[in-house]
Amino acid sequence: MTRRFTAGIAVLAVAGLIGWDLKASPPNPYAAPPILAIGSGLSAAGGFCGALPN
Amino acid sequence: MSDQVIAGALAPRPILKRGGLIVAAVFVVLAVAALAGARYGLMLAVGLGFGLALEGLRFGFAGPWRAMILRREPSGLWAQLLAIGIVTVFALPLIANHGGELNGAQAPIGFAMIAGAFVFGVAMQVILGCGSGTLVNAGSGNPVSLVALPFFAIGSFAGAYHLFWWTGLGALPIMNFEGWSGVLITLGLLFSVAMVAWKFATPQTRVLPRRLVIAAVVIAALALANLLISGQPWGVVYGLGLWVAKGPVAAGVDLSGSAFWAAPATAERVTSSLLTDYTSLTDIGIILGAFFVASWRVGGLSAKLPSLPARAWVGTIVAGFLLGYSSRLAFGCNVGAFFSGISTGSLHGWVWFGAAFVGSVYGIKLRPILGLEARS
Repeated sequence: MTRRFTAGIAVLAVAGLIGWDLKASPPNPYAAPPILAIGSGLSAAGGFCGALPN
Repeated sequence: MSDQVIAGALAPRPILKRGGLIVAAVFVVLAVAALAGARYGLMLAVGLGFGLALEGLRFGFAGPWRAMILRREPSGLWAQLLAIGIVTVFALPLIANHGGELNGAQAPIGFAMIAGAFVFGVAMQVILGCGSGTLVNAGSGNPVSLVALPFFAIGSFAGAYHLFWWTGLGALPIMNFEGWSGVLITLGLLFSVAMVAWKFATPQTRVLPRRLVIAAVVIAALALANLLISGQPWGVVYGLGLWVAKGPVAAGVDLSGSAFWAAPATAERVTSSLLTDYTSLTDIGIILGAFFVASWRVGGLSAKLPSLPARAWVGTIVAGFLLGYSSRLAFGCNVGAFFSGISTGSLHGWVWFGAAFVGSVYGIKLRPILGLEARS
């Protein structure tokens, strides 16, 4: 058995995760923010490992 | 006709295979942009770039620290410091001039933060994979990282679940270097660390190869793109914990017992699409980017899987969990705390670096005991 097998599992797992999530929580492209945060006038609001939630 | 000849005849020609990989990469970026929005497609492209650069140019964190500690080879560490320095020069003034739109990786120094960074340093040397490295290695077929990754994610979820209890043990206020004075102080500190590494290095290893200079510039450019597009620095572990949190929530489990997961902003992200979470997108991109590079290389995926003893796999699972749990207490991993923390002026990034480096010394000693390499 080679790394082709394990790399394939990794990619399939990512595809499975995205597929399951698309079904459970479909995104809405019409609610998307501007393409760049800089210059958007909006506060950055993404989750980040270095930040505590408000 | 031998089996080898038949296999060779049936194998896709490299140019077709590589063309297919390029088409696949463009397709996934466009698909995410169409499904979720242009910003999210762009963030996946940044993540793919990280994966391509980290795997393609062999830029890492755990390996270079190991090389510095074991063999006194500083080049990989110097490349990290160079990349951080480049980001600092641009990120700190940008954050100062675009407060609110752009945030740094600013977090408090505390008991749990320091202990978390130490444990992360131990665990990342046990499996020889840090936050970004575990994703890269899993994407390129490393079985140890592939086994560690789901436990890394579970640990990230659990660490976040208990985060407020740990921070309650005691923490200082958030302290940052800001603006151009922050740039000068940070560059001075980075240079000092580089000089310490130069002093301890074996003389014949005191060179920075061109490959690592290119890698540092590319990684820095991608980290800056991450900041400008998403408004936040490059991170890894938040996304992994979010993936796990979606499972119990979908099954109807109540997470209100955790101040972290019950916080309104976090709860909203758990029920929103992964394709709108920045760290999830860059994490996915890193795995896929590393896979594309490994597939592109001739023989990149043909290495046989190693035969490891049972204790190595148990050690991998425990280390994977600890990577996730400790990095939440430490307010980030080698990416979110060390790379992004230092480059956006947070003092916790420096403390993280010191604690994790000491932890790495012990992790290196633990790795052969767990059967993850031949004893020397």
